[in-house]
Amino acid sequence: MAAVRAEEILVPRGRPRITARVRGWLDREAILGPVFVTPALLLLLLLVAYPFVMAVYFSLSNAFIGRPSQFIGIRNYVNLWSSDTFRQTFQNAFVFTGIAVFFKVWMGIALALLLNEQLWFKRMIRGAVLLPWVIPTALSTLGWWWMFNSLYSVVNWTGIALGVMDPPGPNWLGQRFYAMAAVITVNIWRGLPFFAISILAALVAIPKELYEAAEADGAGANARFWHVTLPLLKPVLAVVVLFSTIFTFSDFNIVYVLTRGGPINSTHLFATLSRVLGIDTGRIGEGAAVSLYLFPLLVFVVWAQLRFVRKQVY
Amino acid sequence: MAVAKRPLLRKTLLHVGLLPFLLFALFPFYHMTLTSLKQDKELYDRHAVPLIIRQAPTLEHYIKLIWETEFLTWTKNSLLVTILATTASVAIGTVAAYALARLKFFGVSTFGTGIFVTYLVPTTLLFLPLAQVVNWLGLGDSKWALVLTYPTFLVPFCTWLLMGYFRTVPKEVEECAMVDGATRIQALWRIVLPIAVPGLVCATLFAFTLSWNEFIYALTFTSSSDQITASVGVTSELIRGDIYFWGELMAGAILGSVPIVILYVFFLDYYVSGLTAGAIK
Repeated sequence: MAAVRAEEILVPRGRPRITARVRGWLDREAILGPVFVTPALLLLLLLVAYPFVMAVYFSLSNAFIGRPSQFIGIRNYVNLWSSDTFRQTFQNAFVFTGIAVFFKVWMGIALALLLNEQLWFKRMIRGAVLLPWVIPTALSTLGWWWMFNSLYSVVNWTGIALGVMDPPGPNWLGQRFYAMAAVITVNIWRGLPFFAISILAALVAIPKELYEAAEADGAGANARFWHVTLPLLKPVLAVVVLFSTIFTFSDFNIVYVLTRGGPINSTHLFATLSRVLGIDTGRIGEGAAVSLYLFPLLVFVVWAQLRFVRKQVY
Repeated sequence: MAVAKRPLLRKTLLHVGLLPFLLFALFPFYHMTLTSLKQDKELYDRHAVPLIIRQAPTLEHYIKLIWETEFLTWTKNSLLVTILATTASVAIGTVAAYALARLKFFGVSTFGTGIFVTYLVPTTLLFLPLAQVVNWLGLGDSKWALVLTYPTFLVPFCTWLLMGYFRTVPKEVEECAMVDGATRIQALWRIVLPIAVPGLVCATLFAFTLSWNEFIYALTFTSSSDQITASVGVTSELIRGDIYFWGELMAGAILGSVPIVILYVFFLDYYVSGLTAGAIK
């Protein structure tokens, strides 16, 4: 308080009135609120909303780098739908996301259950488990790229040494199904910590009494998992799965570094194909249309998230 | 039953169960480190055991990386972009989050929904039109394009995270200060922010990590060797034609992760709590 008064006395005559008036305005919520959100709002309008509108326009035009574009309606979308490359990409995206999210959920639950127990070096173990998630994905994927190298693959070396692979072992990044398996593996590796730690947070919040009551009623460990743990995890699982689905669908880094969408487009996802079309070949219109195929999914996830999340927050 | 009655056995079995997960999480890092320290002779010997270093370890790949490539420039670019984008985003996010959590004004709930929606928009959806915007602004192939565009995903994230933290600060604390004559801004600055420091640390850490790890914008908006970031430099400039320099490549991947690892070691608990708060709140 004293400091505030001293300031008021020290400022030269004439200014106090203005500062006082500004201060009075800023104390009104109806004015301070908009002032506080203006920077964020401008940013989102200019660099998210406007580019989005541009993306929609591009996708409806024959935009090509360095050439005036014309409106061509939904021809890009139609052409894409009838092209083999895009169909393959569309299918890849569903296979990639479906399998990766499935494994992340179940491995995440298993890992969270283990982490929820009394452990030695608990903090260090958590730290190790979370590590793949914080390291730059593009860089850690380089490590996987080396591990899947056609000549020096450590995965194949180990497999052969253990007798589970016939030498020379699969050419991971050069054969269709193996390449898909490789990119899915890396996605699971990188996404699993997010699932495990989120599920762990939900596990910790389950009251112990529920387990005791179930045990008193004669429920074994299995029954306790299916009838107590899993139902109580459902809200968190729903949020985490929705969240992960959108980011797995739109993944770019892993595929770009490991396979560039190859062999023969068998691992292309929307983002990698969109980059090839929009940047490498300059067909911005088609590139934008490819990434906008993600949009219906995004709308669904936002709608579902708003239903789940808003209920908890507001 | 036998297991349940012997706590030590049960505990040991739990650790055995964790082993595959730990191996899965850590092996790539182990293998990368090993590769970066091996001599080329051993690295490209197809009869050598890849899991250990037999011959004397060497730092030659690291030395080559630092002296013979632009790695230090890339790291400097990464640091500059990350620090500026993080600072700006945390500042913008803090005031926006405070307004959303505390103030009543026209359009507040619409804005809240808008923030949440943009939080879910993946960067891969907008990189093509943003590349055009960046070109129009004369920022094509410049690291300043990244300083400008990274806040588009950092601000929604920081706002969302901090809103949760501000809601946990009791309203009464602030109201007391305002009854005593403090303005709202003073109350925010002197009362609310000091209480919300853990949240600010969390937001800063995550913003730093997200912008350090960002890849597709950096790859698309910049290409000259003196403008690109560490991730882009290592993944694109160290690969010349069909010849891969695996030792240097792995050394680059490891050094490029060092800033994040340092933060991670010191602030592990913030990462754990922020991860759950960011996703679930």
